[in-house]
Amino acid sequence: MIALEQVTKTYPKASRPSLDNVTVSIEKGEFVFFIGPSGSGKSTFIKLLLHEITPTRGKVYVNNRDVTTMRSWKIPAFRRSIGCVFQDFRLLPNRTAYENVAFALEVIGKSKAVARRVVPEVLELVGLGGKEHRYPHELSGGEQQRVAVARAFVNRPLILLADEPTGNLDPDTSIEIMRLLDRINRTGTTVVMVTHDSNIVNQMRRRVVEIESGRIVRDQPRGVYG
Amino acid sequence: MQRAKYVLTEVLVGLWRNVSMTIAMIITMGVSLFMLGAATLTYLQVNDMKDFYYDKVQISIYLKKDVTDAQKANLDSALSDDPLVKDHFYESRETAYERFKEQFRDAPDLVNSVKPDSMPESFRISLKDPERVAEIDKKYHGVEGIDQIVDQKDLLGKVFSILGSAQTTALIAALVMAVAALLLVLNQIQVAAYSKRREVAVMKLVGASNWFIQAPFVLEAVAAALIGSVLAFLLLVAGKIVLIDGSLKDLTQYLTPLSWTKVILMFPLMAAVGSAVSAITGWITLRFYLRV
Repeated sequence: MIALEQVTKTYPKASRPSLDNVTVSIEKGEFVFFIGPSGSGKSTFIKLLLHEITPTRGKVYVNNRDVTTMRSWKIPAFRRSIGCVFQDFRLLPNRTAYENVAFALEVIGKSKAVARRVVPEVLELVGLGGKEHRYPHELSGGEQQRVAVARAFVNRPLILLADEPTGNLDPDTSIEIMRLLDRINRTGTTVVMVTHDSNIVNQMRRRVVEIESGRIVRDQPRGVYG
Repeated sequence: MQRAKYVLTEVLVGLWRNVSMTIAMIITMGVSLFMLGAATLTYLQVNDMKDFYYDKVQISIYLKKDVTDAQKANLDSALSDDPLVKDHFYESRETAYERFKEQFRDAPDLVNSVKPDSMPESFRISLKDPERVAEIDKKYHGVEGIDQIVDQKDLLGKVFSILGSAQTTALIAALVMAVAALLLVLNQIQVAAYSKRREVAVMKLVGASNWFIQAPFVLEAVAAALIGSVLAFLLLVAGKIVLIDGSLKDLTQYLTPLSWTKVILMFPLMAAVGSAVSAITGWITLRFYLRV
């Protein structure tokens, strides 16, 4: 599903690479934590998968396609198969929960009728039934992240990338978001989550890949934060 | 359909968001396109006039006051037999005076001070080959009864060179205004890209196509250009009514009339040039301010 082959990424003007000769593969339906201290290269990993950046060396495969040689005009269609959630939610402040999710459908050409059918469904799934018409500032942090998850999942992507999704949330809310991601994982969606929240990693007991200074130092099937 | 509606709404919202800038953009574009239209009209007009006048009259042979009927008859037959001459006709004092009166009818004092007697008689000649004026000049120089031989092309040449420099001035003005308009387009798109940075980020993330992200920005500039070309067209129409057919009528009646067809033809030209230029500027700007 996802594979990195001897990937090295060095940013311009950086003294050492953010990722240094990394090889890792993730199967369809897996739930994987990428852990490690700030600046270890976790976010670089996410950016590589989204084709926001290209590797200095090595190959990146997503959905069995070589992302590194992908033509730029094919990137938008490619990104539709990936959902994304971030620490800072990235919701549009002047749109309601419903409109935020519908926006993701509208801009890829889905009709309003499709949105009317699909959006309430996915908002129900993330536990926001009845709060469709609230604006982000009228929602709690956890609820905002649920909207973001709904937006990421509304297209039923094959992969869900989560970059520190609980970074701005208190422990109880974090657990709720993790339950949600777990539910999404159970539908067959591959979930890749970057975090340094040790509580969550220890509770979930899923595969853990630890990165330090751009290298993989640990890869355990049912790991803890360690 | 859905997407077209989205893009259209975005364009209107975009133009309204920064309305003072939009108005500035429309005005500069309008004036620039007006200059372009005026210059093009002058160019078309000069070409038309060249065809018209060069074909009609090339040489005037003015006769002396004391010219005799015999001399006139000789000259007339000589011109008839001349292989260089395509056509010629005689203009009497009276005809010349009538024409003079018509030309200066707004200056009655001048008309009153001139009597038909003071107008010269002349032969008007058109040549088979307009370039061979010098040969005619040589051939008839010193023939009895001829006062002077005037190449009308020289006179027209002066008129045309004045029109030509007017045209160049208009083109330069159009160019300078175009630069200002382009800078405004650039600024408008930067402002728009900044105010929509969140939307753009989300669109990129969920995989909206590049044209879909860029179209509202480019169309915003194109819409402003189209409104600008309407403004330019109105300026041209006003120019024709107020200047050409109005206060400058005395001057312009000697030129071939400027037809409405030509004026109307300028609209598609200005609209096309305006929208093409702003679309290209917009698109290039986006490559720098909206990495997709």
